[in-house]
Amino acid sequence: MEELLSVKYDVVSGDFIRGGEASSNLKKLLNQLGVRSDIVKRICVACYEAEMNIVIHSVGGYIEAKIYNDKIEITAYDYGPGIPNIELAMQEGYSTASDVAREMGFGGGMGLPNIKRSSDEFYIKSEVGKFTEIKIIIYFN
Amino acid sequence: MKLSRIKELISAEILCNEEMLSMETVCAFGSDLMSDVLALTCKDTILITGLTNIQTIRTAEMLDIKCIIFVRNKRPDETIVELAKEKGICILATRHTMFTTCGILYSNGLKGVDKD
Ligand SMILES: Nc1ncnc2c1ncn2[C@@H]1O[C@H](COP(=O)(O)OP(=O)(O)OP(=O)(O)O)[C@@H](O)[C@H]1O
Ligand SMILES: [Mg+2]
Repeated sequence: MEELLSVKYDVVSGDFIRGGEASSNLKKLLNQLGVRSDIVKRICVACYEAEMNIVIHSVGGYIEAKIYNDKIEITAYDYGPGIPNIELAMQEGYSTASDVAREMGFGGGMGLPNIKRSSDEFYIKSEVGKFTEIKIIIYFN
Repeated sequence: MKLSRIKELISAEILCNEEMLSMETVCAFGSDLMSDVLALTCKDTILITGLTNIQTIRTAEMLDIKCIIFVRNKRPDETIVELAKEKGICILATRHTMFTTCGILYSNGLKGVDKD
């Protein structure tokens, strides 16, 4: 399937003011493209959770979205510190979020499971000291 | 229940998007934890919270939440109200606490988001 459009947004570590802008821009774009609103919601919740994880837990990274006729593929990539135990991180309620993040309403340990639940395909890879990469696919129909 | 009725019941002040007061809502969710709000699956809910930071607005934006009620006299910064205005989110502020706000609205017929 042909790729229609691709966008990439940098995500800055610890920036709670601008955190969420990537997902917000993506939402605008998907609405302009006429994607069904319940699907836009699923995409944006997943994207926002991944974006805030980069803000809260990583040294920084980016969100890249590739839009096709029938689906969107989102990659959330950051440059570390990585996740030592992915199985544990995927459990509902597990969180290492800082006090600052908790004061902002995060740290429930619900993000990764929510990303998985919201997407049709979900892949996570990480290497300690190097990177974390989350890839999701959501279909438009 | 219309947002205008909600405003009246909890003696709230409206901070932006007054024209949305004629909108209807059927259910509400009260939490200070955005993690929990983001995990909601139900359609058309309003959010009752004591958390007035910018990520509250972002969370509502992602979930298409059309109205946020800030409890306990908490006032957000102007930039936060501006963002809500731009995103089409109606903001109400009440002096009541979370528990009282929820109690008043529930006893007047507004439902929770619980599935059963
Ligand atoms: N990009 C990342 N880099 C490093 N660690 C991460 C990253 N994303 C998640 N983690 C780790 O996995 C844990 C669980 O993540 P998850 O998103 O499920 O919960 P949370 O971010 O802690 O809280 P919530 O998402 O509910 O606000 C985090 O607390 C953190 O330890
Ligand atoms: Mg998270």
